[in-house]
Amino acid sequence: MAVLRSAAAFLYGRRGFYLALLLLPPLLWLGIIYLGSLFALLVQSFYAIDEFTARIVPVLTLATYRQLFSHPANLDIILRTVAMAVAVTAAAAVIAFPVANYMARYASPRMKAFFYVGVMLPMWTSYLVKVYAWRLVLAKQGIASWFVDLLGLTPALEGALAAPVIGGPSLASSYIGMFIVFTYMWLPFMILPLVAALERVPGSLVQASADLGARPGQTFRHVVLPLALPGLAAGSIFTFSLTLGDYIIPSVVGAPGYFIGMMVYQQQGTAGNLPLAAAFSVVPIILIAVYLALARRMGAFDAL
Amino acid sequence: MTLLGEDVTAVPPFRRNVNTVFQDYALFPHMSVAENVAYGPMVRGAGRDERRRLALEVLELVQLAPLADRAPSQLSGGQKQRVALARALVNRPKVLLLDEPLGALDLRLREEMQIELKAIQQRLGITFVYVTHDQGEALSMADRVAVFRDGRIEQVDTPRGLYVRPRTAFVARFVGSANVVEGELARQLTGSTQAFAIRPEMIEVKPAGEATPAGMLSCAGTLEEVHYHGATSRWHLRVGDAVLTAVRPEGTTATAAPAHGARLVLAFTRESLVPLEDR
Repeated sequence: MAVLRSAAAFLYGRRGFYLALLLLPPLLWLGIIYLGSLFALLVQSFYAIDEFTARIVPVLTLATYRQLFSHPANLDIILRTVAMAVAVTAAAAVIAFPVANYMARYASPRMKAFFYVGVMLPMWTSYLVKVYAWRLVLAKQGIASWFVDLLGLTPALEGALAAPVIGGPSLASSYIGMFIVFTYMWLPFMILPLVAALERVPGSLVQASADLGARPGQTFRHVVLPLALPGLAAGSIFTFSLTLGDYIIPSVVGAPGYFIGMMVYQQQGTAGNLPLAAAFSVVPIILIAVYLALARRMGAFDAL
Repeated sequence: MTLLGEDVTAVPPFRRNVNTVFQDYALFPHMSVAENVAYGPMVRGAGRDERRRLALEVLELVQLAPLADRAPSQLSGGQKQRVALARALVNRPKVLLLDEPLGALDLRLREEMQIELKAIQQRLGITFVYVTHDQGEALSMADRVAVFRDGRIEQVDTPRGLYVRPRTAFVARFVGSANVVEGELARQLTGSTQAFAIRPEMIEVKPAGEATPAGMLSCAGTLEEVHYHGATSRWHLRVGDAVLTAVRPEGTTATAAPAHGARLVLAFTRESLVPLEDR
């Protein structure tokens, strides 16, 4: 006891030391596991593989990046992935906003709890189960096409599937289907930060806007949307980066074209080209950084 | 509900010709002071230069033009209040609603703003509907005061009328302080059991045994408590079952303050009694 007490007295007089002691484990974790591995990845991407021995040559070189950007197929993969990420992010934002607005502003506490559970419940289920379930739902004779037929919209679906690039033989084997699964999968990550942001917009600002003559649409554009931008930015970082990095959804649902995540998986696994896999994973990091810089310039974080 | 002859009950807020100054100011945090003030003209489609001109004009009126490009978070409470006022005035409403606008300000600032608000109101000639719990504020600022009780109007009158001729016990007690006398004591004094109010400053207090001036009503009482308020003192006197309060100017009675429990005589004119309606 006496030892403990004198230790406590010692620490009490040295606040800085005490704080450092408390922060050391999380800082070590963050520094070694997170930043360290990220740095290792970055370094790997500047190595190259020896064509004959298939061994990694630990000499810094830009050869791997040259390989990455000189193949049109690789550029296609990057473009395809980014296009999907942008589309999924936009769709998630459009779907999430009304839901989040209702939850933050109009729902009774009970209704809000119900919505929270509704939004999060799917996340408690295995990711793989959901993806494979979606493949069945979207299959040619699946529930989705049955339901579309019930609504008498089969010609519209067939028209969409006949479209170049995004179409395909069925929803399950087209980019439209992949887009649906991605949007479903990441929607909660957009809704939750948006609810948090909208809850922080005082109701009196909305009232004041109407009082000053703004129609509901104007209030949304000039008051609610700008103040919810940080939430929208946070949500879109989730949906954007999750889509950029995912390799399971594109390999289970959708057209056969490769995505960045699949390339990383393949290069570090079967192909054994670790530097190329690393170079591929650096692409999303740079894209996210560019996106954040853009969002910041557009004032997404001014209201924080 | 009608506004200047037009039924506005079902008119949505953005089409009413009424603007509001909110209790918490409700300034838009992502806009500068000038942009806040220009919000009304903006949503009505005014051009950029026109908006800026209108905003600066009104900011001039509330003496905030030099701070036009600050963010609301950089302003003090009183300045935010002025911005909220300017933002509501820029639309030239027919009626301006002020919902306890000075509630969050400290006493000195509140008194300054009262004078300023009154001056602005007279200069612009806009009707101000001013909601307040501060009866002093209501009496000093208003041309007409409506006293509400449980959402219903209890009495509408000029401040002076309200103070001098309160119609009910609620109004008498709510506006200023009043002794409400009813029952046996009322019968003893006036000969009728109808309740009446008398303002504390209308009661004269004399030592027991001194003659009551002709035409004045009087009764005997015991001094229970004296509360000193600087310029005046409030004397609480027991008369039978009731306790009446009298306000005495402190300057003249400072040396002659009677001891607690002293037997005194309360005297007042018949005209100072205000008969109250039964509720």
